Amino acid sequence: MSASKPLKKAPQKTTGLHVGDAAPGVKKVDPILVADHVSRKFGGLVAVDVEHLEIPRGAITALIGPNGAGKTTLFNLLTGFDKPDSGTWSFSGENLAGVPAHKVASMGQVRTFQLTKALGLLTVLENMKLGAKDQTGESLFQSIFPFLWRKQEAEIEEKALEILERFKLLKLKDDFAASLSGGQRKLLEMARALMSNPTLVMLDEPMAGVNPALTESLLEHILDLKTQGMTVLFVEHDMHMVRHIADWVVVMAEGRIIAEGPPEAVMKDEAVVDAYLGSHQDVDLGVVTGRITLPKEKK
Amino acid sequence: MNIAPAEDRSLIHKVVRLFLIAVLACAGVFAAAPAMADTVGEEYENKILGNVKNEGTPLAGVQLIVEGNGYTAEVVTDAEGKWEIGVPEAGTYEITLVEDTLPEGIAVLEGGATQTIEWGFTNTVVWNFFIGEGERNPTSQLDQFFMRVFAGINFGLLLGLAAIGLSLVFGTTALPNFAHGEMVTLGALFTLFLTLAGVPLLLSFPIAVALSALFGWALDAAVWAPLRARGVGIVQLMIVSIGLSLTFRYITQAFLGGGTEQLSGALGSPEIPIFRTVTLSVNDLVSMGVSLVVLIAFAMWLLRSKMGKATRAVSDNADLAAASGIDVDRVIRVVWIMAGGLAGLAGILWAYFRPGLKWDMGEKILLFIFAAGVLGGLGTAFGAFVGAMIVGVLIETSAQFIPSDLKYVGALVVMIVILLFRPQGILGRRERIG
Amino acid sequence: MDFVSILNNTAQALFSPVTIAFAMAALGLAIHFGFVGLLNFGIAGFMAVGAYGYAISTLTFGFPWWAAFLAAMAASAVFAVILGIPTLQLRGDYLAIVTIAAAEIVRLLLLSTTWIETTGSADGLVAYANDFRSINPFPDGVYGFGPWTYTANQFWVLIFALIILAVSAFLLWRLVKSPWGRVIKGIREDEDAVRALGKNVFAYKMQALIVGGIVAGLGGALYVMPSSANPMLFATSLTFFVWTALLLGGAATVFGPLLGAVIFWVLQAFLGSLLPAMAQAGLLGALSSAQAGALRFVLVGILLVVIVIVRPQGIVGDKRELTFVRK
Repeated sequence: MSASKPLKKAPQKTTGLHVGDAAPGVKKVDPILVADHVSRKFGGLVAVDVEHLEIPRGAITALIGPNGAGKTTLFNLLTGFDKPDSGTWSFSGENLAGVPAHKVASMGQVRTFQLTKALGLLTVLENMKLGAKDQTGESLFQSIFPFLWRKQEAEIEEKALEILERFKLLKLKDDFAASLSGGQRKLLEMARALMSNPTLVMLDEPMAGVNPALTESLLEHILDLKTQGMTVLFVEHDMHMVRHIADWVVVMAEGRIIAEGPPEAVMKDEAVVDAYLGSHQDVDLGVVTGRITLPKEKK
Repeated sequence: MNIAPAEDRSLIHKVVRLFLIAVLACAGVFAAAPAMADTVGEEYENKILGNVKNEGTPLAGVQLIVEGNGYTAEVVTDAEGKWEIGVPEAGTYEITLVEDTLPEGIAVLEGGATQTIEWGFTNTVVWNFFIGEGERNPTSQLDQFFMRVFAGINFGLLLGLAAIGLSLVFGTTALPNFAHGEMVTLGALFTLFLTLAGVPLLLSFPIAVALSALFGWALDAAVWAPLRARGVGIVQLMIVSIGLSLTFRYITQAFLGGGTEQLSGALGSPEIPIFRTVTLSVNDLVSMGVSLVVLIAFAMWLLRSKMGKATRAVSDNADLAAASGIDVDRVIRVVWIMAGGLAGLAGILWAYFRPGLKWDMGEKILLFIFAAGVLGGLGTAFGAFVGAMIVGVLIETSAQFIPSDLKYVGALVVMIVILLFRPQGILGRRERIG
Repeated sequence: MDFVSILNNTAQALFSPVTIAFAMAALGLAIHFGFVGLLNFGIAGFMAVGAYGYAISTLTFGFPWWAAFLAAMAASAVFAVILGIPTLQLRGDYLAIVTIAAAEIVRLLLLSTTWIETTGSADGLVAYANDFRSINPFPDGVYGFGPWTYTANQFWVLIFALIILAVSAFLLWRLVKSPWGRVIKGIREDEDAVRALGKNVFAYKMQALIVGGIVAGLGGALYVMPSSANPMLFATSLTFFVWTALLLGGAATVFGPLLGAVIFWVLQAFLGSLLPAMAQAGLLGALSSAQAGALRFVLVGILLVVIVIVRPQGIVGDKRELTFVRK
C-alpha cells in the first residue's frame, strides 16, 4: 500500500470486557448499549436481524463485516435515523426504541455519517458551535435578546477553539466548511461531535475517503476519545486498523452477528473468514483489507 | 331570510362542512348555519332575477342555483319570493330550482327543474319557473346526479388528456410543470385564431393540436433541454416554469383581453335525451368521443411502439433506461411534444365544456390537472387517466351534496390528503418518493 | 405622453402601504424559503388569512384595532401550524403543490357564498378601518410633498405600516444572526446532520413557518387596510409576484426582500403608467391601453425566469449561501 508514517506506538488495549465465552450476543461486564431482537426488512430483503448485542462501556468496539452486512443500517436503527420492524434497545439503562434521532443525540449518543455531513454553508467555527448542547440562544424567544446568550456563546466558542486546536483545524476556523478537503471535513465532523460531551461516539466508516496522510491523525483522535472516558463504536473495513485500535470486535454478515471477541480471535474465526472470502482460506484478513502501515507488533 | 332545506340535505351539509372546518380549523366562526342571500353577485352588471310564486302566493326560502362559464352561485328567495343573481358575463348559464326546497306537493310543472337561460337585448333577464301542485318527478334528484356523473366523465376525460402530459413530464424530468395550464389554454387560443383567420372549424382543430405539440417541442428545445444540460437544480426549474406560466398567461391576456370568447358551435348545441330526463348535448358526446379515441390511441402508442415503451422506461427509472441504451434526451423531447399536443386538445375541449375561452382558463384547472396526476401517481400515464376520471366525477358530483361553489375544494383536499398519506398515488410505486 | 404623471405614479410606489405590505410578505417568505428552504408556494394564503383575520375580527366581533391585529397574527400562526404539521416532512416538490392547493382552498372558502355574512364572498369586506383611523395621531391636513402627498388617514396608515415593517425586519434580523438562525441555516443544508447534533428539526421548521407566516399575515392585513379585502386579491399570481420580489432582492437575506419588494412595485407602477400611455400614443401597434397594462406582468414572468437562472442569489444575496442552486 502507499507509504504512510507508521503509528507511534501500539495502543493500550482494554481486556476483560465480556462475561463468559466470546460468542455472538455475549454479555458484557459493563454494557453501555444493549439491543434485543432488532430487525429491519427492506421489501423481502433482511437488512438487519440481531438477536442480542451489548456494547462495552469505555472501550473501542469495531463493527465489521462485508459490504451489505447491515452495519450502517444497524447504526441508523440504534441512533433513531431509521425505524426497525421490531426490537428494543437501551442506552445506559434508558429505553431508546422509538426515540427520535435528535433525542438520542442529546442523550449522549452521537454519530457521524459515512458521507460526511460537514455543513458547507457554515464556517468551521460555526459548525463547531452548532454542536454544543442546551444553548439558550437556540430558543426562538430568547434568541432575539443577545444579552441572554452572549456569555454562553463565548464559553462555547472557547471550547470549540480548544477542540479545533487539538484537531489541528484552528487556523481554518473562519473558512467555510465547503472549502475543506475531504479528510479535514471528517476531522471536523468528529470534532463537532465532541462539543456535546457525548458518552458514546458512533463513527460510520471514519476512514472512508481519507487520504493516508490523515489516517494517523484520525486514529490518534479515536484513541484519544477512549482516554477521555468515552465509549467508541465504529464501522470499518480496514482490518489492520481494527486490529490496531479496537478492544472488541463485532462481526456482521447478512444482517446477523456471526462473531464477537477480541480482534485477534475474531480474525482467525472460520465463520468470519468465510463471510469475507466465501471459502476456507488460510489468509490473514489484515492482508486482504489493510490500507495503512502499522508498527510491527510483537506476537 | 329563511333557510328551509330538507332534513337529510341539512345533515349532509353539516357533515361535509365539519370536515372542511377540520381542515382549516376556522373553528367557531364558520360553524354557524350557512346564511344564503336573496341577492347575490351585486357587483356584476348582468343579472338574472325572478319571483317564485305558487298561485299568486310568494314562496320564501326556495333555493335556486345558477351555473355556467366556470361561475356558480346560489340564492334563496326572500319573504316576497324574490331572488336575484348577478353573473360576470351574459353567457350560457343553467338555472336549477331545487325542488326539495319547495313546500310539499309543489313542483316545477313545465320545462324541468333545470333550464338554460337565454338572454335578451339587455343585461337583465327575468326567469320564472311555472310551479304549482303536481307530482314532483321523484327521481329528478337522481337524474340530476346522473347528469353530474356525465359532466364529471366529460371533464375527467379532458383533464386526463392534460394530466397524462403533466405526469409523463414529471416522470421523465422530475419537474412539476406549473406552466401546464398555459399549454392547455394555447390549444383553444390557436383554434380561435385559426377560425378567425378563416380556416374551417374542423380543420382548425387538428392544426391547433399540431401547433400545440410544436409549442411543446419548442419549450423543450429552447428552455428545458439547455437548462438540464447546464445542471440547473430542480427548484430553479420549478421557478422557471412559474415564470413561463406568468409570461404566457399575460401575453394571452394582452391579446385576448379579460372577456370570454366562444369557439364556434360552443353555444346552443342540441340536447339529446339519453335515458329518463338525462340529456347530453351533441358537443358533450363529441367531446367524450374524441377524448376516448385519443386516449386509446395514446395508450396503444405507449404500450406497443418502441418510443412508447422507451418513454415508460425513462419515466420509471431514467438512469436504468439510459444504461440500457435509450436516448433519454430524445425521449424527453417526444414527451414534451406529446404533452403539448394532448394539453392543446384538452384546451379545445375545455373551451367547449365551460363553455368559453378566457385568458386564464388553463390556470383555472391547473391544480386539478395536478390533483389528477397526483391521485393516479405522478410518472404513470395510466395513473393520470384514472386520477383524472376520479377527480372529474368527484368535482361534479360533489356539487350534489355541498354548496356548489365549494365543489372544487373537495378535489384539492383529496390531493393534499393523498400527498400526505400515499404520495405515490394509486398506481405509482413507493420507491419514487423522497 | 405625460411623463410627469408617469414619474409621479412611479415615485408614489416608493412609499406606499401596498409596497410595504408586499415587503412584509416577501420577508415572511424569506424566512420560509430563503432561510429554511421550504418551498412555500402558498404565501398568498397566509396574506389572506391575515387580511381577513383583521377584517372579520373588526366587523363580526367588534374587536378594537389592536386586538384585530393580534387576531390576524394568531390566525396566521394557526394556519401555519395546520399547514405545517402534516406537510413539513414532505419533500420539496410535493410541498410546493400542497401549499398552492392550500392557498387556493383558503381563497375558495372566502369566495364561497356559504359564509357570505361573515366573509362577504365575492363582494369582499369594507369599512373595517374605522377604529384604526380613530387613533390617528395626525390632525387633518395634507402631509408630504411632491408625489408623496397624503391625507391624514393615508399618512397614518403609511407611518404605521413603516413602523410594523421596521420592527419586523429588526426582529427577524436578530433572529437570523442568533444561534437559532445558525440551527436554521444548518437545517436548510442538511437536516440529518442537524438532527445528529441533538436539535429537534421539526420544531425549528415549525417555528420558522409560524414566524414567517405571522409576518406575511401582518402583510396581508396591511395590504387591505387602506381599502377593502377581496378574495380576488389573494390569487396564486400574488404568491408568484412575492416570489419574484424575493428572488430579485436576495432570498437568504433580511434586506433582500425589502429591496426586492420596492423595486418590484416601483417597476410595476412605472410600467403600469408607461405602457398604457405608449399604447394610447400608438407606439404599441394595435394594443389598447388595457392590453398594454397586461404586458407588465409578462415582463414579471420573464424577469423571474432570468433571475432564477442567471442570478439566483438576487441583488444582495451571497451565492455561497444558496442551497437550491445546483453547483
